[in-house]
Amino acid sequence: MISLQATMRGGRAVQDSRPWPRHVIDQTGWLRVIREISKGHGDMLDLWSDGVDVHMLILDHESSDIGIVTIECPNGRFPSAGHMHPPALRLERAIRDIYGIDADGSSDERKWLDHGRWGVRRPGVKAEPSEASGDAYAFLAAEGAPLHQIPVGPIHAGIIEPGHFRFSANGEVVVRLEERLGYAHKGIEGLMVDAPLDRAARLAGRVSGDSTVAYSLAFAHAVESALEIEVPPRAIYLRALMAELERLANHIGDIGGICNDASFSLMHTHCAILRERVLRASQLCFGHRLMMDRVVPGGVASDLTMEGAVALHALLSGAKKIIPRFIELFGDTTSIQDRTVGAGRLRSELAKQYGCGGVIGRSSGRNFDARRHPGYAPYPELSFKVASAHAGDVDARVWLRFDEIKASFGLMEQILDQAPQGPIRIESLPTSSETCEGAALIEGFRGDIFVWVRLGAAGAVQRCHLRDPSWFQWPLLEAVIEGNIVADFPLCNKSFNCSFSGHDL
Amino acid sequence: MALIYDLAAQSTQMILVLSLAPLLLGFTRKVKARLLRRRGPSIFQPYRDLLRLMRKEVVLADNASWLFRSAPYLIFAATWVAAALVPTFATGLMFSWSADLIVITALLGSVRFVLALAGMDVGTSFGGIGSSREMMFASLAEPAMITIVFVVALIAGSTQLSEIAFHMLSHVELRVSYGLALIGLVIVAIAENGRIPVDNPATHLELTMVHEAMVLEYSGRHLAVIELAAALKLLLYVSLIACIFAPWGLAPHGADLRAMTFGAAAYVAKVAVGGFLLAFFEISTAKMRVFRVPDFLGAALMLGLLGTLLRFVSGSF
Repeated sequence: MISLQATMRGGRAVQDSRPWPRHVIDQTGWLRVIREISKGHGDMLDLWSDGVDVHMLILDHESSDIGIVTIECPNGRFPSAGHMHPPALRLERAIRDIYGIDADGSSDERKWLDHGRWGVRRPGVKAEPSEASGDAYAFLAAEGAPLHQIPVGPIHAGIIEPGHFRFSANGEVVVRLEERLGYAHKGIEGLMVDAPLDRAARLAGRVSGDSTVAYSLAFAHAVESALEIEVPPRAIYLRALMAELERLANHIGDIGGICNDASFSLMHTHCAILRERVLRASQLCFGHRLMMDRVVPGGVASDLTMEGAVALHALLSGAKKIIPRFIELFGDTTSIQDRTVGAGRLRSELAKQYGCGGVIGRSSGRNFDARRHPGYAPYPELSFKVASAHAGDVDARVWLRFDEIKASFGLMEQILDQAPQGPIRIESLPTSSETCEGAALIEGFRGDIFVWVRLGAAGAVQRCHLRDPSWFQWPLLEAVIEGNIVADFPLCNKSFNCSFSGHDL
Repeated sequence: MALIYDLAAQSTQMILVLSLAPLLLGFTRKVKARLLRRRGPSIFQPYRDLLRLMRKEVVLADNASWLFRSAPYLIFAATWVAAALVPTFATGLMFSWSADLIVITALLGSVRFVLALAGMDVGTSFGGIGSSREMMFASLAEPAMITIVFVVALIAGSTQLSEIAFHMLSHVELRVSYGLALIGLVIVAIAENGRIPVDNPATHLELTMVHEAMVLEYSGRHLAVIELAAALKLLLYVSLIACIFAPWGLAPHGADLRAMTFGAAAYVAKVAVGGFLLAFFEISTAKMRVFRVPDFLGAALMLGLLGTLLRFVSGSF
């Protein structure tokens, strides 16, 4: 019996892969890795392709080690992970759509991101022109006399991103929900190819607008690992400050949004006001409400002034007073509690199987936070509690967001106190004489964002892959709505708040 | 001369409800916005919306039948008649003999029937969902309404609204069955008008809609008359509650112009109070789960039944 860790470390190690080793393994090793993961001995954190090979990011449970394994696909095929480990299915479908690399033995041959409307096939490698007339899509069947289908989207009544949801319902009870995503595909991985670093950093910050800081941070970390850059200490603290501001704004917005989907407008309004205060403080401190393009490889683009620090202290002291009142309002209003408690329950086995990160995973017993493990500066020097719960319902997800908001307050105060003075950015980025690879796992407000980048000798990006936490959360939304009622879907959906843009890339 | 005066009074009532209905909607929205610390649109916004919709082109589905096209007018006509029958500023108007609670309930029932059919006519899934939910709620709301009518009728000795109002005015007393009927009627009114916690008129979530889902396919003037009918229905229920449980200020039969003017002022004040209470209630609660609504309406039905039974057991309730 060869352990997962041993398999991960087997095969040929690739030079210049940082911070985690990458090993090229053979077919037997690949299958063993998948088997071990499907048994629950490790998490598959990502599965992607660079156009030639297929890579998998693995977290081994026994040793808590993270590693990348690679399988070479000379014939454009690799053994499917999805047939033993369902979370890989959509990733494999996306690889096939973009790079034309097939997963052998996959149980789902349908296209995923490619809806036949791009005008090209396999844009990631040698794109072939095709007619942009749209493909037919076979939704999974749900059969039975009283069942009827409700198609929702991709254009919705509210202002949200595009995505199609196909409900098979028996009256009000949902028998099956199937998502169809890919409408927001922008071809970011294609745009990244040969992009100079500054342009690539801007692209990374635009994968999913609400997580722009987390994405920029992940990209910057990946590049810095690849080039072995030391970032000035002040920049490290300012990055964390921005990341926590972003987390704060989004969690507050989400709590309001969840309440609004249950028509509890009072809470929605309060949250909207507080979120606006956070955004205005961000604007004042860093010159942009969402702090887009403020985190760059090598440091940060704008410094925190004294005035900004004062504004942040004021924001924090005000928010710390008001959040307990929000908690009271949410917890004491029986009508909203009646809606959230027990609704959209996510079983912890599923959360663990899918390696589901963020609030969704942590509220269902998967206690993973990239700030803790693998951990990155400055978090090891700060004290904070990672809250977790087991209930797994909408209510638990709201409470966990409240816990994270409170944790963010503590973190921001520590950062403001401890942030050293000094430069905020290194003078100029060094260039590598040969190809090097970097990767990073960063905790955004949705969960762990993974970025892998391969830099060429000229300093430009050769390949870059960005994985949104939503890849492992969208499928679970299908699971939690099963057996629930149609009218509760918006509430469950909002409590997940997965990204369309980040997923569709 | 007397005939002309009566006719004028009756016509005034018909015009009054029609012109006041969008204002009540606008007022309620304004109060809600202010309570939520928003500025909110002007209270005259619903009129502008109606005007805008009237000017817009009607977009019809290819498979829409005659039913889909005629339903808005049927709905509007029946709701307007029902709303105009409820005494607003005066009792004993010309057509008050027909202002029977059972007639009003039946008119509203017909409206719902037509609306549900129209919702299903085009065959979209949302229309079907809306109609099915509406009917699920109606199967409890209508009997609840009828039992409440019985309570009131047993006390006043008539189902005619003018006589009920007159009775209430002349016998000011506190009865248990009044309380039961009032609570029941408020619940029915909330459900019938699709207000929070039963339905949210302001929602953008297709999957949670009830009334909005049924009218999702309507546009242009069709939508305008349906919206106006919905506003009339809200006004109808507020007037109904005011007329039965707060009939103060209503001008009696054959009153002079001064009494009528006073009645109208009192009516506007009552509607404003109703609109404010509605807005206040709406912001302080979340919407119910769909399958919880039958419990909510069941409570109204039970209150109505209890009231009726109490009246039978003893006249003093």
